[in-house]
Amino acid sequence: MSPHPASENSGIWKLIFGRLDWSAIPIHEPILIATFLAVAVGGAAILGLVTKYRLWGMLWRDWFTTVDHKRIGIMYMILGLIMFVRGFADAIMMRIQQAWAFNGSEGYLNAHHYDQIFTAHGVIMIFFVAMPMITGIMNYMVPLQIGARDVSFPFLNNFSFWMTTAGAVITMMSLFVGEFARTGWLAYPPLSGIAYSPGVGVDYYIWGLQVAGVGTLLSGVNLIATIVKMRAPGMTMMKLPIFVWTSLLSNVLIVAAFPVLTAVLALLSLDRYVGTAFFTNDMGGNPMMYVNLIWIWGHPEVYILILPLFGVFSEVTSTFSSKRLFGYSSMVYATVVIAILSYLVWLHHFFTMGSGASVNSFFGITTMVISIPTGAKLFNWLFTMYRGRIRFELPMMWTVAFMLTFVVGGMTGVLLAVPPADFVLHNSLFLIAHFHNVIIGGVLFGLFAAINYWWPKAFGFKLDKKWGVRSFWLWVVGFWVAFMPLYILGLMGVTRRMRVFDDPSLQIWFQIAALGAFMIAGGIACMFIQFAVSIINRDKLRDTTGDPWDGRTLEWATSSPPPDYNFAFTPVIHDTDAWADMKKRGYQRPTGGYRPIHMPSNTGTGIILGGLSVAFAVGMIWYMWWLAGLSFIGILAVAIGHTFNYKRDYYIPQDVVERTEGEHMRQLAMQG
Amino acid sequence: MASVSTIDPAFLDKDGNPLFHLAEEPHHPEGSSTMLGFWMYLMSDCLIFACLFATYAVLGGSYAAGPGPKDLFDLELVALNTAMLLFSSITYGFAMLSMEKNRVAATQGWLAITGLFGLAFLGIEMYEFAHLIHEGATPMRSGFLSAFFALVGTHGLHVTFGIIWLVTLMAQVAKKGLIPANQRRLMCLSMFWHFLDVVWIGVFTFVYLMGMLR
Repeated sequence: MSPHPASENSGIWKLIFGRLDWSAIPIHEPILIATFLAVAVGGAAILGLVTKYRLWGMLWRDWFTTVDHKRIGIMYMILGLIMFVRGFADAIMMRIQQAWAFNGSEGYLNAHHYDQIFTAHGVIMIFFVAMPMITGIMNYMVPLQIGARDVSFPFLNNFSFWMTTAGAVITMMSLFVGEFARTGWLAYPPLSGIAYSPGVGVDYYIWGLQVAGVGTLLSGVNLIATIVKMRAPGMTMMKLPIFVWTSLLSNVLIVAAFPVLTAVLALLSLDRYVGTAFFTNDMGGNPMMYVNLIWIWGHPEVYILILPLFGVFSEVTSTFSSKRLFGYSSMVYATVVIAILSYLVWLHHFFTMGSGASVNSFFGITTMVISIPTGAKLFNWLFTMYRGRIRFELPMMWTVAFMLTFVVGGMTGVLLAVPPADFVLHNSLFLIAHFHNVIIGGVLFGLFAAINYWWPKAFGFKLDKKWGVRSFWLWVVGFWVAFMPLYILGLMGVTRRMRVFDDPSLQIWFQIAALGAFMIAGGIACMFIQFAVSIINRDKLRDTTGDPWDGRTLEWATSSPPPDYNFAFTPVIHDTDAWADMKKRGYQRPTGGYRPIHMPSNTGTGIILGGLSVAFAVGMIWYMWWLAGLSFIGILAVAIGHTFNYKRDYYIPQDVVERTEGEHMRQLAMQG
Repeated sequence: MASVSTIDPAFLDKDGNPLFHLAEEPHHPEGSSTMLGFWMYLMSDCLIFACLFATYAVLGGSYAAGPGPKDLFDLELVALNTAMLLFSSITYGFAMLSMEKNRVAATQGWLAITGLFGLAFLGIEMYEFAHLIHEGATPMRSGFLSAFFALVGTHGLHVTFGIIWLVTLMAQVAKKGLIPANQRRLMCLSMFWHFLDVVWIGVFTFVYLMGMLR
C-alpha cells in the first residue's frame, strides 16, 4: 500500500501503526470521499438523534445484549438490509461503468477501483446480505414454528450475531482505510498471494470472512440443536413445518461446509503472513488445491442460501392457497437429496481445470441430477396451488415471480453443467446471468416473500400493499431487463469482470442492462418507502389477531409481536399444520392457570467479543502486532470470564404472564 | 394424514379429546442440548482436520528439492510423544470416573496429571519443531513442510487450548465443586480431549509412519 516505505520516523511509527500510513486514506478518489462524507454526516445524525432521545440505555438493554431469538432475528435483518444498500451501490456502479466504457472511453472508474468493486459486490451480497437475512428469518421463525421459548444456546445466538456484524464492519472499513481485495469474490491464488496482492485488500477479505464465519458456524450448530432438541411435544420429525425442515438441512450444510472455508482461508493467510508454500507457484505449492477446497465450501453455500427460501415458498404457497402443502414427504426427501448432492458437484465450477473427461462427466451428471428433486419441489408448489383458493397477497406474488424466474435460471444451470458447453461459456457473462437469475430470482425474491409474509408477526401490522406492488413490478421487470442482455452477451463470448470494451456493437446490451439496474434501484426505493409508509400508517394496518393471513403453522397461534416467552403454555402438536388443525378443531385459548416462565438472561459478552474481534482483525490486517496480540488475549480473557458466570437465567413472574396474556385476550375479544 | 385416532394417548385429556397445550411446563433439564451441540462443534472441527489431511495428501510429496520425511522424522521421539497423549486420555478417563463418584479431590488430581501429560506432549512437539527448523526444514521450505507444520501445528494448538480450558475447569471445580454445570463442562472437555487423541492417531499413521514408507 505504501508507495514511500522509508519515511523519517519509520521505526516507532511502524511499531505502532504497522503498515498503516496516510497513503491508506483515499483522498485521491472523489467517489470515496463523497461516500465517506455522506456516511459520516448520516452516521453523526443517527448517533446524535439516539443521544438526544436518550435511547442508548434502551438499545443496550433491549437490543445489543438481548438473547431473545426474535430481537436477534430482527437485528440480522437490519444488518442485511444496510449491507444490501452497499452491495447494490457496487452493482449499479459496475453497470454504469460497463455501459459507458466504449469507443475509447475509460468510463469513470479506474481499474484499481473497479476491481475492488466487483470483489466487494460479491463478498457483501453473499456473506453480509444473503447470509444475515436467511439467518435472521430462521432465528425468528424456527423457535416459534416448533413451539419453543428460545433457541438451545441463547447466549451463543447473540455472540453469533455480533461476530457476523464484526465481519461486516471489517469489510466496510476497507472502503475508507486502505483498499479491498481486487481478486474476485473467492480470491483465487496465486493472484491473492502476497507476491501479486501485496496490499491490505486480501487481508481485509480474509479477516472479514474468518470473523463472520465463526458467527455463521455457531448459529448453524445452535439452530440444529434447537430443531432436534426443543420441538414441542407431539411434533415428530415428519410433522415439522416444511420451513423448519429446510432450515435444518441448511444448517447441517453450514456446519459441514464452513469449516472448509475456515481451513482454506487459514492456509491462504499462512501463505501471506508466514511465507508457506500451499498455493504458490513455486516451492511445491498447488493453487488448484485452493480452488478445489474453496468450492467444496462454495457450492454447498449456494444451497445453504436457497434451501430456507424453498421452505418460505412452501409455507407461503400453502397459506395463500388455503390448502395443505402438496406432497409434504416428497418435499422433505427432495430437500435431503438436494443437500446431499450439493456436496458432489463442486468441480463443475472449474471443468476447464483439465481433470479429464471421466471426472468432468461425473460432476456434470451429479449437477444435472439436482434438477430432479428441485423440479419435484416446483411441481409440488404448482399442485398445492391447483384448485386452491389463491389469494394474491404480496408474499404469493413474490412466490409466483420466483417460480417463473427460477425455472429459467435452473435451466441455464443445467446447460452450464454440460462440460463441453461449459468450456465455451466458462467465465462468461452467461454464467453471471445464470447465478444472478437463481440468486435474485430465488434467494432475494424468497426473502421479500418472507419479509412481507412475516412482518405482521414481528411488528403487529401488515406492510403497505400499494408500495409493495410497485416494488414488486419494478424488481421483477428490472431483473429481466438487467440480466437477459447478459445471457446474450455471454453467448457472444463476452467474459466477466471487464472494465472497458472495444466492440461498439456490444454497447446497446450493456445500456439495456443498466436500464434494468435502474429499475431495480426503483424497486429498492419503493421497498424502503413501503417500510416507511407502513410504519407511519401502522394503526390502520394493525393486526390484533396474531393471524392476519389465516396461517397454518404455530407462529400464528401467538400474539403479534409474540411475547418474550413466545407461548404461555407449551403447545401440543397433532398434525403437520398444527395451527390449522387447532383452528379446525375449535381450539380455545386457556384463560388462567399461568405459571412463572423460565428464561435466559441478557449478556454483554457477545458485543464485547465482537468488538475485540474487530480490533484483532485490524491488528492483523495492518501488521499492528501489539494490537492483534492484546485483543487476542482480551478475547480469551472475556470468554473465560464469561464461563465463571453461572447465573444465566431468570423467571418471568406469573402476574406478568397473566397481564400479557390478558391484554392479548382483550384485543382478540375487541376484534369480535 | 394424522387423525385423532393416531394421537399419542399422553396428549389426550380425560374425555379423550386432544390436548393443545400442557398445563405444566415440561421439564427440560438445564443444558440438555449441550452434548449434542458440542458434538456438532467437534464434527465441524473434524472437517478442518480433514482439510489439513487432504492438503497433506496433496502436498506431502512436494519436497521442492528439500528434505523428505525419511530425512526428518525421528520415530522414537514421535512414539514417546504419542505415548504421552494416549496416557493423558487414560488419565482423563480416570478423572471422569472419579467425577461420577463425586470425588472432588481425585477428579482434580487426575485432571492435573492429564494436564501434565498434555504439557509433556507439547514440550516434545516443540522440541521436534525447533529441531526441524534448526536443520533448515522450516514451514517455508516446501509444500510438504508447509502441510506438515500446518497439520501437526493445528493439532498442537488444539492441545494448547485444551490445557487452558482444563486449567479453567479446575479453577471452576475448586470454586463450585462438581455441580451439574461443571460436570457437563468436564464431559465436553473429555470429548474434546479424546477427539484430539483420535486425530493424533491419524497424524501418527498418515504423516509419520506412512511418511517413512514414502
